[in-house]
Amino acid sequence: MKLAFQLAYRNLIGAGLRTWLNAGILSFSFIVILFFDGLIDGWNKQGIRDSIDWEYGQGQLLHADYDPYDPFTIDDGHGKIPESERAASVPVLVRQVSVYPEGRMLSVKLSGIEAEQKLLKLPTGQLQKSEAEIPAVIGKRMAKVAQLKVGDRVLMRWRDKNGVFDAQEVTIAGVFSSNVPTVDQGQFWIPIRKLWQMTGLHEEVSYLIQKEPKAVSISGWNYKSQNELLKPFRELIKVERIGNSILFTLLLGIALLTLFDTQVLSIFRRQKEIGTYIALGMTRWQVVGLFTAEGAMYSLFAILLGSLYGIPFLFYMTKAGFGIPEANLQMGITIAERIYPVYGFSLIFGTVLLVVISATVVSFLPARKIARLDPVLAIKGKVL
Amino acid sequence: MISNLLRTFAFLFSFSQDLPPAAEIIRKVDANMNSKTQINLSQMVVHGRRSSRTIESKSYGEGYNKSFIEYFAPAREKGTKMLKLGKRLWIYSPATDRTIQLSGHMLKQSVMGSDLSYEDMMDDRKLSEMYTAEYLGDEELGARKVWVVYLLAKVPDASYPSRKVWIDQTHFVPLKQELYAKSGKLLKRVLFSDVRQVSGRWYPHRINYKDMLKNGKGTDFIIKEIQFNPEIPESIFSKAKLRK
Repeated sequence: MKLAFQLAYRNLIGAGLRTWLNAGILSFSFIVILFFDGLIDGWNKQGIRDSIDWEYGQGQLLHADYDPYDPFTIDDGHGKIPESERAASVPVLVRQVSVYPEGRMLSVKLSGIEAEQKLLKLPTGQLQKSEAEIPAVIGKRMAKVAQLKVGDRVLMRWRDKNGVFDAQEVTIAGVFSSNVPTVDQGQFWIPIRKLWQMTGLHEEVSYLIQKEPKAVSISGWNYKSQNELLKPFRELIKVERIGNSILFTLLLGIALLTLFDTQVLSIFRRQKEIGTYIALGMTRWQVVGLFTAEGAMYSLFAILLGSLYGIPFLFYMTKAGFGIPEANLQMGITIAERIYPVYGFSLIFGTVLLVVISATVVSFLPARKIARLDPVLAIKGKVL
Repeated sequence: MISNLLRTFAFLFSFSQDLPPAAEIIRKVDANMNSKTQINLSQMVVHGRRSSRTIESKSYGEGYNKSFIEYFAPAREKGTKMLKLGKRLWIYSPATDRTIQLSGHMLKQSVMGSDLSYEDMMDDRKLSEMYTAEYLGDEELGARKVWVVYLLAKVPDASYPSRKVWIDQTHFVPLKQELYAKSGKLLKRVLFSDVRQVSGRWYPHRINYKDMLKNGKGTDFIIKEIQFNPEIPESIFSKAKLRK
C-alpha cells in the first residue's frame, strides 16, 4: 500500500500541469461547498440569535384567538394578562390602524409594548425618553415605506374597543435597524400603556414574551416554546440547504467528471506500464489500487491547494461577511444585510470526507478495467 | 350601497315649534330620506392621482340590514356582487367564481379604491338612535339656507363620536356633513348636491365622499335612477343570488 502511494505521488507530480489542473478544479468545488455551507450555517446562527433577541424571547404565550400570521385574528385575539405571568413576561397588544404619511394611507400593525422592557432589543427606551403625546419606534423598512425619520409626526387613525374612530399625531421617537422583518415591516411600536389608553383595552394583551423559559398551561392561552417559534425559520434553512446541495452536486459532478476523464485517459495511455507492473509481480488488484490511489491523491492535492487560497479567503469572509442583495432583504425573512459564515469542525471534516471519498470512487471506476486485462497484450499496448 | 350611504348621512330630525328644533329637523329629514325599500342605479367615480375610474352598479336595499349590489362597469368589476345581511358582508368575484365573507381588517380596506371602506358601508344604524342633536345656527351654503346641527354620540359604539350636519331648510336634505374622531380631528367630509324631486321626495343625486386624512378629490356617487318603496323579492337578499 505504501508503495502504491509512493508510486501514485511520483506519477502525479510527474504529470505536472495536468495534475494541478485537476486538483485546481476539485479544490474550487471544495472551497465553494465549504463557503456556501458556512454561509448557511452563519445565517442559521445569526437568524436564530436575532429572532430570540428581537421577537421570541424565551418563549411566548399567545391568546387562544390570536394568530400572528393571520391579521383576521387581531381584532378579537386579546385578553386580560394572566396574573401568574404578569412579572415573568413582557406584554404586547396588537391592533390594526391606519397611518397617513404625506396624505397616503397605509394600513399598519400597531404593537404596544412595555417601554421599560429590556428583554428584546427593540429600542423601547426611546419611547420612555420621548416627551411626545404618542411616541413610536419603527424599523428602517417601515421608515422607508412611510418615508419617516426620527422627529417626524404622522397622523394615525384607529378604533377603540367599541369601534369608535380616533385620530391623533404620532411622533417617531426612534428608527431601529433589525434583521427580523416581522418586528419591522408594516409595524409601529408604542408604549402599551398608551395603547391601552387609546383603545380602552386596559390590561389586555395579544401575547406575552417570556423572560425565562417555562412551559405554562393557562386556559385561553397557547404556550409556544422558543423551539416551536423558531421552527419555521429552521424549516427555511433546511429548504435552503436542499437547494444548495443541488448546486454542490452539479459543481462536484463537473469536477469529478474531469477526474474520471483523466483516469480513463491515463489508463489508456499507460497500458504498457500496467502490463510491466503485472509482469514484475504485482497483482491486477494491486495495480487497480495504484490507480485508485492516484485518483484519491488528486483530492488530497485539491485540499492542499484549496487550503492555500481557501483559508485566507474563508477567513476573510468570516470577518468581512457576505453582503445580501437589497431585494432579498425585502422578502420578509430573517436575514442580515451581511452574513458572516461559520465553519464548524463537522462542516470542514464532512466536506473533506465527501471530496476524498467521491474522488476515490470516481478513480476506482475506470481502474476496474485493469483487473480484466491480459499482461502480455498490455505490455504490447493492445488491450484497450 | 348608495342607499345605505344616504341613510347613514340622513339624520332623523323632526320639526314642530313645541319641540327642540334639532329633533324636529331630524324627523323631517328622516321622512324625506328613508324608505322601506329602495332600488337605485348609480355611478361611483373614484378620483385617482392621474385619472378617475367610474364604477356602475345597481343596488337593492331593504331597511338598514339588507342590501344587495351588482356591478356592471368597468369590465374588470363587471359581475362583482356584494350582499350585506346585518353585520355580515359577502363579496362574489366572477374572475375567481368565489364568494368570500369580509371580516376583521379586510373591512377597513377601501371599496374598489374609493374613499369609502367596507366598514363605512356597514355602519348603517339610525343615527337618531345614536346621536343627540344640538342646533348650532343658520347658515347659507351656496344659494341654500341651511340649519347647522351638531350631533354627539349617545351610544358607546358609534364609529364617529361627533358629526356636524348642514341641512337644507326647504327640502330637509343634508347638504354637507363632517365626521369627527374622538380627538376632534376631522376624518371625513360628505357633500350632497344635485337635489331633485323624485316621487314627492327631495333627494341628493350627487354625493362627494372625502377622506380628509388622505390627499385627493375623494369619491363621487351619482344616482342615475332611484325608486322608493318598490317590491323587492326576498330571494335578492340571499347568498345564492351572488353566483347567479
